[in-house]
Amino acid sequence: MSDTATAHHDDHASLNIDNKKLLMWLFLGSDCMFFGTLISTHLIYRKIYPESFDPTSLFSLELTSFSTFILLMSSFLMALAVSAMHKGELKSFRRNVLGVIFFGLIFLGCQVYEFAHFVHEGLTLSTNTFGSTFYMMTGTHGVHVAIGVFWLICMYFYSHTGKMDAHESAVDVEIAGLYWHFVDIVWIVIFTAVYLIEFI
Amino acid sequence: MSQTETATPAPKTSHGHQPHVLKPERSRLGLMRPDHSKSVFIDWLTTVDHKKIGIMYGAIALFFLFIGGIEALIIRTQLIVPENDLISAERYNQLFTMHGTTMIFLAVMPLNSAFFNFLIPLQIGARDVAFPRINALSLWSFVAGALVINFGWLLEALQLMGLFSASGPTAGMTDLAPSGGWFGYAPLSSKEYSGVGTDFWIMGLQILGVASLTASMNFIVTILNMRAPGMKMMRMPVFTWMSLVVAFLIIFAFPAITIALGQLMFDRTFGTNFFNVAGGGQPILWQHLFWIFGHPEVYILVLPAMGIISEVLPTFSKKPLFGYSIVIFSGAVIGFLGFAVWSHHMFTTGLGKVATAAFSLLTMAIAVPTGVKIFNWVGTIWGGRIRFTAPMIFSLGFVWMFMMGGFSGIMHAAAPADAQQQDSYFVIAHFHYVIMGGIFLALVSGIYYWVPKVFGKMWTGSLSTWVAVLIVVGLNVTFFPMHFLGLLGMPRRTHTYLEGFGWSSYNLVCTLGSYILAIGILLLLVDLIRCLRRGEPAGNDPWDARTLEWATTSPPQVYNFAKTPVIPARDALWSHKHGPEGKKITYEDDHGHGIHMPSNSWMPLIASIGFVPLGLGMTLKQAGVPYMGSFAIFGLFVITLGLALWALEGPGGFHLHPDEDDA
Ligand SMILES: [Cu+2]
Repeated sequence: MSDTATAHHDDHASLNIDNKKLLMWLFLGSDCMFFGTLISTHLIYRKIYPESFDPTSLFSLELTSFSTFILLMSSFLMALAVSAMHKGELKSFRRNVLGVIFFGLIFLGCQVYEFAHFVHEGLTLSTNTFGSTFYMMTGTHGVHVAIGVFWLICMYFYSHTGKMDAHESAVDVEIAGLYWHFVDIVWIVIFTAVYLIEFI
Repeated sequence: MSQTETATPAPKTSHGHQPHVLKPERSRLGLMRPDHSKSVFIDWLTTVDHKKIGIMYGAIALFFLFIGGIEALIIRTQLIVPENDLISAERYNQLFTMHGTTMIFLAVMPLNSAFFNFLIPLQIGARDVAFPRINALSLWSFVAGALVINFGWLLEALQLMGLFSASGPTAGMTDLAPSGGWFGYAPLSSKEYSGVGTDFWIMGLQILGVASLTASMNFIVTILNMRAPGMKMMRMPVFTWMSLVVAFLIIFAFPAITIALGQLMFDRTFGTNFFNVAGGGQPILWQHLFWIFGHPEVYILVLPAMGIISEVLPTFSKKPLFGYSIVIFSGAVIGFLGFAVWSHHMFTTGLGKVATAAFSLLTMAIAVPTGVKIFNWVGTIWGGRIRFTAPMIFSLGFVWMFMMGGFSGIMHAAAPADAQQQDSYFVIAHFHYVIMGGIFLALVSGIYYWVPKVFGKMWTGSLSTWVAVLIVVGLNVTFFPMHFLGLLGMPRRTHTYLEGFGWSSYNLVCTLGSYILAIGILLLLVDLIRCLRRGEPAGNDPWDARTLEWATTSPPQVYNFAKTPVIPARDALWSHKHGPEGKKITYEDDHGHGIHMPSNSWMPLIASIGFVPLGLGMTLKQAGVPYMGSFAIFGLFVITLGLALWALEGPGGFHLHPDEDDA
C-alpha cells in the first residue's frame, strides 16, 4: 500500500520530524531568499525612482490595510483548521478551510483590482523601476497565494473522499498551514517595506 | 556479508536463487505504473532508484564534459598563432560562453550529483533518498534544461544539414548560441546586444535551477532524517557531510540567480527596467545578484571534491582522516564565508573604501579553513602506509594543484592586485587550476575509487597511470603559462592578438598543452569502457575501505542493505573489520516483513519533458516565431498533468524478501 511505503521511509526519522514537513521547511528557507532578493531589489531601486514619481499618489492605504487584515484572519482560520484536523474533527476542518479559501480569494480580488487600477493610472511593468520591481514582487506573492488557494481547494475536495486518515493527513494539513502562514508573513513584510514606508 | 558473486540490482537478471517477485502493485488510477520488469529501457526511464539515477547523471555529465572540451579545443586552436582567423569574433564569444556554461552547469555539477545520488544513501545506511520520485524529477529536468541551453547549437546543426533556415517566420533570429559570457553580465545580455541565444541560456538555466533546488532539498532531508540507527551526525562520512553543506549552499544561493535571470527575462520580454539604464535600471544589480550566487557556486563545485579527497586519502594511507571534526567544521565555515565574499568580484567597479577593505579581509579569511583542510590531508598521509593506486595518484595530484590554484586566488583577494589581474589571463589560469587541477582531478579520483562499487568491476592494467600523467602534465602545460600571459597584459575574452607583445610563444605552449590534456581525458574514457567490459569482479570491499557503502554488495542490490545496519562508530566498516568486538556493525531484524521499495513512475519524466516545450516556446515567441505562445502553454500543461497524475498515483511499492545470506 502507498501508505506503508511512506511509513517505511519514516522508520528511522533521525530528527523525529516528518520528511515532508522537513522538505517544506527547506522550501520556505529557500523562498525567504527569493522574496529577500525581490524586496531588496525594490528597496534599492527606491533611490532611483524618477523625481516626478510619487507612489503615495497611487497607493490606497485603506485597500491594502483591508487586504492585509483579511490575510491575517485567514492565517487564524488556517491555524484552527490544523488543530481541528489534529483532533480528527473533519467538519470543523472543512468549515475553516472554506474560510481560508474565501479570504484568500478576497485578497487576490483586491490585488487584481489594485493592479488594474494602477495600470489604468498609467503605471505598467515598463513605466519605471518602481513599476518593474513592484509588479514583479507583489505578482510573485500573488502567485504564491493563488497556489495556496488551489492547494486548499484540492484538500477540501479530498476531505470528501473519505480517504483522509487522522495521522498522515494531519501532517499534510500542517504542511499546507506552514506554507500559508509563511505567505502571510511575507505579505506583512511587503506591506511594511513597500506600502507603509512610502507614507513615512 | 559473504558472497562475492555478481548480484546486480536489475530485477530480471539471473541471480540464481531470486525468489522476489517484482510485480509492482496497481496504482490508485489503475493502469499507469510502468512495467519495468519487461524492458530495460523503460526501467531506466522510469526508475526511482538513486543508484541508477546517479549513473545516468554521471553518463550525461561525461557527455557534456566531452562537448565542453571540444568547445575549449576550438578556442585554444583559434589562439594558437597571432591574428588567426579560424573562427569569427562572434563565434568565439559563443564558444567561450557555452564552454563556461557547459563545464560548470552541465559537467561538473551533474558529476557531483552523480556522486551525491549514488553515495549518500549508501554511506548513511538508507534504502533510498527521502523522495525517490522527486529525485527522478531532478534528473530529467536537468536533462530538459541542458537541451534548452544547447538548443542554439542544435538549430545551427539543423541549419548546416539544410533542415532549418533562419528565413520566413524565423528571419529575425540572430545569435542562435548565447554569446554574453557564462556570467551573462547585463547590459551585454540585454535585448539590444544579444539575440535568441541568450533567451535559450536564461530559460535553460532556470530549468537547471529547478533541478538543483529540488535535488538539494531532497538530499538535506535524506541526510538529516534517513540515517541508519547509530549513524550520528559526527559519525557520518566526510563526503556526506560536504554534500550536506553543498545542498544548503544551493538552496540559499540559487534563489538570487533565479530572480536575477527572471528580471533579465522580464527586461527582454516585457520591457521592464531592471538592467535598462534608460529606464532608471542599474546593470550593477546584475553583478551583485550574480555573484551572491556565483561565489557560493565556487564552493558548491569544490566542496564535493574535498569530500572525495577526504575519503580516498584515509583509505589508501590506512589511517583515519586526521582531524575529522576540524575538516567538517572548516567545511561549514567555508560554506558560510562563501556567501560573504561575493563583492570581491566587483572591486574594480568602485564599491567604496570600507566595503572593499571588508570584502578583501573576508576573502583572505576564506583561505584559512581551506588551508586547514590541506593541513588535515597532509596529516592523513603523514606516516601512513600509502598505496599508489589510481584514485590515490589523482588525489595527491589534487592536493598539489589545488594548493597552486589557492595561492593565485589569495593574490586577488588584495584589491590593488586584483585591479591589475581583473579580466586578464591570470584569472583564467587561477580558476582553471582550481576547477580543472582541483575539482576535476578529485572527481576523476572519485570515479576510479567508486566505479568498482558502482559496477562491480575492477580497474585493470596501468592505463590509469598514463591517464594521470597526461592529465596532470596537460593541465600544467596549458594553464601555467597563462599566469605569465596575464601578467604580460593579455586580456581574457579576446578572440585574437597581434604579434610583438610577447604573447605568441606562450599561447602556442598553452594550445599544445590543451591537446595533451584532451588525449588524457580520451584515454580516461577508454580506460573506463575497458574496465566496464573486461574488468574482473571487484568484490564488496576491494580497497579495504572504511565507510559503509563498502559493506554491501558490488554493485549494490536495489534495496542497498538487506537488513538495516546499526552503526557503532565513525568509519563504520573499518571498526567492523579491525575494531574491538563492541564496535562491529549489527543488523536490525525485519521480523519477516521484508523490504518495501517504491514503484517506478512515468510521472517525473512526463513532468520534466514539459519543460522543453515551455522553455522553447517562451524563447522562440520572444524571437517572433508564430504559434510559440501556444507551444509554451502546451509545455505548462504537460508539466501540470505530470504533477497532477503524480499526486494521484501515489508512491506505490512492492515487497522484497532477500535471502538470508544476502548482506
Ligand atoms: Cu510493507
